Amino acid sequence: MVTETATVPAPAPALPVKTVRVVSRNWGKPNSHTLPSYRDSGGYKLWEKTVKGQGLKPQELIDTVKAAGLRGMGGAGFPTGVKWGFLPKDNPKPRYLVVNGDEGEPGTFKDRYIMELDPHMFIEGCMLSSYAINAHVCYIYLRGEFLFQVKRMEAAIDEARAAGLLGKNILGSGFDLDIHVHRGAGAYICGEETGLIESLEGKKGQPRLKPPFPAVVGVFGCPTIVNNVETLTHVVPIVEMGAEKWKALGKNGAPGTKLYGISGHVNKPGVYELPFGSTMRELLEFAGGVRDGKKLKAIVPGGASCPLLLPDQLDTPLDFDSIKKAGTMLGTACAIVMDESTCMVRAIARLLKFYAHESCGQCTPCREGTHWLAKMLTRIEHGEGREQDLTLIDEVANNIMGNTICALGDAAAMPTISYFKKFRHEFEEHVKTGKCRFGEHEVAPRQVTIGP
Amino acid sequence: MSLAQSEHPKGPLEFSAKAKDEIKHHVAKYPDRRAATLPALYVAQREFGYVSPAAMATVARELDIPETWVREVATWYTMYNKVPVGKYHVQLCGNISCHLTGADKLIHGLSQALGIKPGETSKDGRYTLAEVECLASCGSGPAMQVNDDYHEHLTVEKALKILRDLP
Repeated sequence: MVTETATVPAPAPALPVKTVRVVSRNWGKPNSHTLPSYRDSGGYKLWEKTVKGQGLKPQELIDTVKAAGLRGMGGAGFPTGVKWGFLPKDNPKPRYLVVNGDEGEPGTFKDRYIMELDPHMFIEGCMLSSYAINAHVCYIYLRGEFLFQVKRMEAAIDEARAAGLLGKNILGSGFDLDIHVHRGAGAYICGEETGLIESLEGKKGQPRLKPPFPAVVGVFGCPTIVNNVETLTHVVPIVEMGAEKWKALGKNGAPGTKLYGISGHVNKPGVYELPFGSTMRELLEFAGGVRDGKKLKAIVPGGASCPLLLPDQLDTPLDFDSIKKAGTMLGTACAIVMDESTCMVRAIARLLKFYAHESCGQCTPCREGTHWLAKMLTRIEHGEGREQDLTLIDEVANNIMGNTICALGDAAAMPTISYFKKFRHEFEEHVKTGKCRFGEHEVAPRQVTIGP
Repeated sequence: MSLAQSEHPKGPLEFSAKAKDEIKHHVAKYPDRRAATLPALYVAQREFGYVSPAAMATVARELDIPETWVREVATWYTMYNKVPVGKYHVQLCGNISCHLTGADKLIHGLSQALGIKPGETSKDGRYTLAEVECLASCGSGPAMQVNDDYHEHLTVEKALKILRDLP
C-alpha cells in the first residue's frame, strides 16, 4: 500500500550555528517554509522589482551571475552564467529551466533542507533565473523518495501563484512563468542532466550523448538549462547584494558562501553554511570532530564518487580548484568522515554494490565493469579474494574510466582506484589472511539480486 | 516472482474518476503526453496496489501512448513495485553514511526480528523488507523509509517500535 501521505521528517540534524547565514538565513525560524514568513524577511521584493522591469535586465542578471563566479553546486562546478550564455540566440523554440533536485549522490543531503526549510528562497531563485534566460516554464525534478519535499514545494508554488508571483502576466508585467514539480522514481542516474531530461520526458533515465548539449537541444527538443537547487538559491543573495559583495564572503580565493554537509563518524553531522573556500579542518571542527575520540582515517570530500582526502590534507580549502590540486574533487561538498575503525575494503565494496545497482545499462564498460568490481571487492571483503583480483581491480577500473557516455562509470572507478592505491595493504591483507583486522563484521543478509 | 506471475487476476483494470482527473492534471503540465508517464504510474500504484502488466496497460490507454513505452519505464525505475508488497514497505538505507553509522546492524536486527530477509514479505503481509540505496539522510542515519515516510537516527529498538506502533 502506498499512502502518499509523507509526514514531516526530522529537522535538519544540525542547523548552522556560528556560521555565515546567507542561503540558510531563514532556517530555524518558525514556519520558515511559508510565504508570510518569507515575506517578513523581505522575500520576493527582488522578484517583484525585477519582473516589473525596475531591477536588472535579463542580460544584466546573466552578467551579474557570471561576475559573481557562481558555479554549479550539484557536483560538476560548471560556471552558471557561462552555461546560461550557451543558449542559442536565434532558436525560436521555447526555453526551459530545469532544476536538478535529484540529490542522489551518496553522502549528499543539502538540497533537501533548502526545500524543507526555505522553499520560497529557492523559488525566487528559479524566478530570477527563468527571467534571466527568458524561460516561461520551469520544472523542478525531485527524486522519487522526496515525497515530503515534493509536497512542500508544491504547496509553496501554490502560495506564490495565489499571490500573483507566478502565472500569466505576473504583476501586470507581461511576463509569464509557471513552475512544476516532477517526481522521479528511484534512479541515481537521473541526477545526470541528460538522464534527468529523459526522465522528465517520461522515459528511462539513460543519459544522452553530448553534443548537442541541453542548452541547444534539451527537454522536449528545446533549449534547456539544467541547474542544481543550491545553485539557483544562491542567485537570490547574488542579485540582492551584487556580485562583488557576494564574492567577498568567500575565502582562499573562492567566491560567496557554500552549504557544506558532513556525515559519518563525526559528533555533529549536519549541513553548515560556511564561506566558500573554508578548509576541511574548519568543516570538521564545526561538526565537533571525529566521534568517540577516535583517530581520523580518511574523508570523502564531496559525495561517494570522489577520491579520498587523507588526514595530512585537512588544510585543503574546500573549493573546486584547491581540492583538485589535492587529487580529489569538491563534488557536492558533502563530506563523509571515516575513523580508524573503518574497513576500507568493506566501504568500497558497499559503494560498488551501489554503482552496479545504478548503472543504467547503456555502456558496456560501466554495465559490466561495475558488477565485476562489486563481485571482486565483495569477495575480498568476505575473505575469499584471489591474488589476481588485486591486479584486476586496477585494470577493470582503468578500463571504465573515460569510456562511457556519462560520468557514472568514472564515479565508480575513481573511488575504487583511490581506496585501492591509498589503502592497498588492507586489500592485500584481506586476500592473504582471509580475515579482516577490523573485527567480525555483522554481515547483513543481502538481497539476492543486484541490478534492475 | 516474475512480471507474468504478478499479473492482476481479474481482467482489465480501470482508473477511478479521481485518478483520471489527477492524470489529466499531470498531462497539462507538459507539452507532450508521454512526459506524464512517471506521475501516472504513481497514480496506478496507489489505485491498484502495485504496477502489474495490466496496470501498465491501463496507464498506456489513459495517456494514449504505446504500452511498450510505459512498460520500459515501469520496469526500469525501482520505486514502482512490480510485485505486491506488504502493507508496510520497509526500505532501509545501506549506503555509505548509513553503513558507517550502523546500517548493517539495523538491517540484520530488523531481519531477525521480523523473520524475513531483504526482498521478502512477512507471511501476514504486514511487512516487506528491502535494502535501498542512499535516501539523502546521510546526516541523520541510519535511516529508513516506510511507504512514503522517512524515519531517521535509528537503532534496532527504535525502528522496531516505530513498525509495531503502526496501525
